[in-house]
Amino acid sequence: MSLITTLARLEAVSTGRARPAATVRHRHLSERPLVFVPLTTAGEAGAPLGALVGTDRDAPRLLVVPQPRDRDLRFAFLAELADVVLPYVDGCAEAVEAAERSETDPETGKRVKVEVELCADAPQLIVPSRAGVDFVRLLGRSTRFRRTAEQDPEAPFPAPPRVPLLGRWLTHFAERARVPGSSLLPAMTDLLSRHWATGQSSLEDQHLGALLAWIDPPAGRSGAEAAREAELARDADGQLRCPPAGPATDPAFDNKLLAPAIERYDRARTALAAAQDGLEADERLGALTAAEREIRALVESRTRPTWDAVWRGLDLLRALPEGARVEERWTRDRWSFTGHRDRVLAGEPPQPRRDDAVTAANKLAAREREQARLEAQEALDDPLVMAGRRLSGEAFAGEVTDVVMAYSESKRPSPRPLVTVRTDDRPHLGARTRVYRSLGGKPQTAEFVGYEDETDGPGSDGAGEGPAGAGQPAGGLLVLRITDKMGRGREPEAGSVPEKGDRVCFTLFEHEPRGGAKLPDPEETPWTHGGPPGAEAAVREPADPVTEEDLL
Amino acid sequence: MTRSSTASPSPAPSAGAVFDAGAAAGRATDAILRDTLHGAARGVVVDSPPGAGKSTLVVRAALELADAGRPLMVVAQTNAQVDDLVLRLAEKNPALPVGRLHSSDTDPYDKALDALDNVRTSAKAADLAGLDVVVSTAAKWAHVKGVEPWAHAIVDEAYQMRSDALLAVAGLFERALFVGDPGQLDPFSIVGGEQWAGLSYDPSASAVTTLLAHNPELPQHRLPVSWRLPASAAPLVSDAFYPYTPFRSGTGHGDRRLALGVPSDGSGPDRVIDEAAESGWGLLELPARHTPRTDPEAVRAVALVVRRLLDREGASVSERSEQAVPLTADRIAVGTAHRDQAAAVRAALAGLGAADVTVDTANRLQGREFDVTVVLHPLSGRPDATAFHLETGRLCVLASRHRHACIVVCRAGVGELLDAYPSTEPVQLGTLVKFPDGWEANHAVLAHLARHRITWQP
Repeated sequence: MSLITTLARLEAVSTGRARPAATVRHRHLSERPLVFVPLTTAGEAGAPLGALVGTDRDAPRLLVVPQPRDRDLRFAFLAELADVVLPYVDGCAEAVEAAERSETDPETGKRVKVEVELCADAPQLIVPSRAGVDFVRLLGRSTRFRRTAEQDPEAPFPAPPRVPLLGRWLTHFAERARVPGSSLLPAMTDLLSRHWATGQSSLEDQHLGALLAWIDPPAGRSGAEAAREAELARDADGQLRCPPAGPATDPAFDNKLLAPAIERYDRARTALAAAQDGLEADERLGALTAAEREIRALVESRTRPTWDAVWRGLDLLRALPEGARVEERWTRDRWSFTGHRDRVLAGEPPQPRRDDAVTAANKLAAREREQARLEAQEALDDPLVMAGRRLSGEAFAGEVTDVVMAYSESKRPSPRPLVTVRTDDRPHLGARTRVYRSLGGKPQTAEFVGYEDETDGPGSDGAGEGPAGAGQPAGGLLVLRITDKMGRGREPEAGSVPEKGDRVCFTLFEHEPRGGAKLPDPEETPWTHGGPPGAEAAVREPADPVTEEDLL
Repeated sequence: MTRSSTASPSPAPSAGAVFDAGAAAGRATDAILRDTLHGAARGVVVDSPPGAGKSTLVVRAALELADAGRPLMVVAQTNAQVDDLVLRLAEKNPALPVGRLHSSDTDPYDKALDALDNVRTSAKAADLAGLDVVVSTAAKWAHVKGVEPWAHAIVDEAYQMRSDALLAVAGLFERALFVGDPGQLDPFSIVGGEQWAGLSYDPSASAVTTLLAHNPELPQHRLPVSWRLPASAAPLVSDAFYPYTPFRSGTGHGDRRLALGVPSDGSGPDRVIDEAAESGWGLLELPARHTPRTDPEAVRAVALVVRRLLDREGASVSERSEQAVPLTADRIAVGTAHRDQAAAVRAALAGLGAADVTVDTANRLQGREFDVTVVLHPLSGRPDATAFHLETGRLCVLASRHRHACIVVCRAGVGELLDAYPSTEPVQLGTLVKFPDGWEANHAVLAHLARHRITWQP
C-alpha cells in the first residue's frame, strides 16, 4: 500500500467517511451495461442457484434453479442466461467502424496496414464483486466444451443450443478481466475501491454493502457504523439485513430458509411423479409450482439488494468525470471484443482448457504492458494519483526557473536545452536518469543532469552539488536536459521547450510501455519448453468427464 | 560474545581446507566442461552458490567452446553483466573476436569496450555474424530473428531469467550451458500469473524450472566451494538457504582478518563493528517499534555504522594479499529491500560525507561482492511479514555479498513477527514447493545473528 493510500485510509478512519482516491473516473462505464448478480449453491462448485440479470435497473430478469443439483434445471438456467446475455452481446457486435491494423503479410513477411472492422461499442458485464468474476469464469469453463444435440447427436447430456456459445463468451469476458485496466467485466467492489479509500482493510472492501456504507453512508451516520451494520446486522429470524453480494450465500440463509424450501420442492416433485391420475397430478403440480415460487422469492430477496447496490455504485461512479485516457483503453477492450467475435464467426473451436507455452507467455507480456500503461495513464489523468507517485519519489512537479540553450556535440547539432526546475518533491534521481513529461499527449524525454545549488554559484559545496545525484536534498533545483520532441531543426519548435515560469510535471516512469520482442509461433516452441504442442492439441477437447456427483 | 565457529560445523585447518576446496572445485569444473564440450545432452545446468566462481566458469567455458570452433552466443540478464563478461573475456584472451550486441538506446554499453581491439559492438546481429563469441542481454537476443542458429549458448544467471524470456531466445541455439544461483531472488512479474501456476512452462517461473520440467534428464552440476564467503559465513548461508545442496568456504577461519586502526568509542555502531570484525557477523538491534519503510532511526543507524567503518581505518588481510588492504568506501555496500529505503540511506550517507558507498536493493546487488556489507533487515519495523519481505532469495542476497563481515541493522521483535505470520501463500497444485521457505530461512539467520547482537538505543 502506498503512503498516500495509507494516509487516505487514516483520514477515512478519523472522519468516518471514505476519502476520494481519484478525482476522475479511471474505468469506462457503458451507457447500457448488463448487470449480473449470480448466486451459487453452497458446497456445489459451479452449481448456480439463481441470478438477477439485465440492463434495466427497474426490471431485472430473475433466473432460478429450484433444485441446483438437477442437471436439466441447471441447463435450463444456462439457456435462459444465454437468452439474456447473447442478444446483448450481439447487439454490440453489429455496429462496426472501419479501422486499420498492422499485420504481417504472409508472403513478404513485412508489416502492412490492413483495413478491418472494429465494433463501435463493446458489451460490459458488471458483477458485484471479484468472486463474481471468478464465478463467470467457472460458468464459462463448465459450459464452453459442452456439445449440443445438433453438434453431436450421441452426446449423453446434450446442452441447449446456445449454451456452449455462452460459455465461450463468458470465458472471454473472464479472461479479459485479468488484463489490468480492462472494462469488459468489472467487479463493482473493484471499481469503487479504485476511486475511494475506506477506513477498513481491502479484504473488507470486497463486501459491497460495507464499501457503499463507507462511501455514501445514510444521513446522520458514520461510514464505519453503517459498514459494521451492513456486515453484521441480522433481523429477528437471524437473517442478515444486507445479504452478501454473492455468489456465496449466508449459511444462516442456506440452513434456515433455502434448504427447507428446496426440500419442500423435492417432495412436491416426487409426489407429482407418483400421481395416479390427472386430477391428482393437477393438484400436485399446483403444489410444485408453489414450492418453486417460494424458492424464486427467496432468491430474489437475496439478490435484489445487491442488484440495487450495484446500480447505486454506478450512480456514484457516473458522477465522476471520465479520465482523458479511459477512452483509449476502452478501444482496446473493443478490439478484444471484435477479435473474439471474429473467432466465433470464423468457426474456431472454444478457448482451450490450458494455454500453450507461447500463448501463456504472450498473455503475461500483454498484461504486464497493460499494467504499466494503466499506472502511467492514471497518474497522467489524475493529479491525485500523480501526487501519490510524487510522494513515492517516482515523479516531481515544479516551476521552471531557468532555461539555457545548449546543443548536442555532433555534426548536425540538435537542441539540448538545459531546464532548471524548482520542486519540493524528492524524486529518486540518479545520474542521467530519464524523466518524461506529457507534451500534447505525447511523452517528451529529458535526462537528469544534477542538482543546482540555491546560490547558483559554481563551485559552491554541499551535498547537492554535482551530477550523479550523490545526495538527495529535500527538493531544490533540478537541472534537466531535454532530449527529444523539439523538431528536426537547429532551433526547437515553438512550445516544445518549457519556458521560465511554466509549471511542469515530470515522471520517472515511461508513459507508453514498450512492446516486447515477438515470440515464436506455437508450432515453433523450442525444446526448452517441450517443443511444439503435439497432435493432442489439435483434437477438440472434451467436456469434463461425467462423475457420479453430476447425476442425481 | 560468542564466536560463530562454536555452533557451525567447523572446517578443517586452513591449509588443508584450501587444498581440498581447490581440488573439489576443480573436479566440479572439469566435469561441467566435459559435459558441455563432449556430452550428448542438449543442455547442462550448473547451480552455483554465492561467490563460487560462476563468472570464472562462464568465461572459461566460453573460451574453451570458442577454441573448439563452436560459434557461441552468451545470454546474460543485464547490460552491466554483459559488459562485465565481455571485459573478462577480452582480459583472458585479447585475441578472441567477441561481438557485443546492444540496444539502440543512447549509451547502450560500457565505453570501456571501445578500447578493445577485438571486440565489435553493434545493434544488429548480422554485423556480428562469424565472430567466435557474441554476447548480449536476453531482452536484446529476443529481437534477433531470421539468423542461422548458434551451435552453442551459455545462459548466465539462468535462475533470474524468466521462462518466457528463455522461450523468446531458445530458438537461437542448438545446445546450451545454463549457469545460475538457485538461492538468489526468483524472477517476478508485476501482474499475477496464478493462472499458469503448475504448468511446466509457467511463463513467470524461472527458466531453469521450465527447462528441467521438460528435460529432466539433463546433467546437473554444482559448484561446491564459495570463494567469496568467509569461513564464518559459508556454514550459515549454506544451512539456511541451501540445506540440501551444502557448500563450504574456500578459505579457513584464520585466512581472513579485519582489523580496525582506531579503537572503539563504545557507541552501538562501534561495538557492532568490533563484533563483526571479530566474528564475521554483527546485529545492531534497535528498540522494537512499528515504523514506516524509511524508518529514520534505522536509516540513521545504517549510515552511522558505515561512517564509523570508514573512520576507524579498517584494513583487511586475506588470501589475496599478505599486505593489509585498507577498507575503503568502494569495498563497503549497504543493502536494503526497497528502493525508497536505499534512497533514504543514500541521503543519510551524503549528509555524513560518505556518498560514494554503494547503496542498493537486493535485486541490484545480485552478483556483486564487497568486503563488508551493512544490511537493513527486510522485516525491521514491519507490522506484517509479506511474501515479498519473507522471500528467501532476498535475505540470501543480502547475507552473502561480503568477503569479511556483514552487519545487520534491525528493530527488535522480528522473531515475534515471524511467529505471528507463518507462511500463508496458497499452495498451487503442480508447482515444486521451494525449500527452505522464507519463514524458516529468516528464523535460521535470526537465530545465528542473535549470538552477535548489540542492542542500542540511538
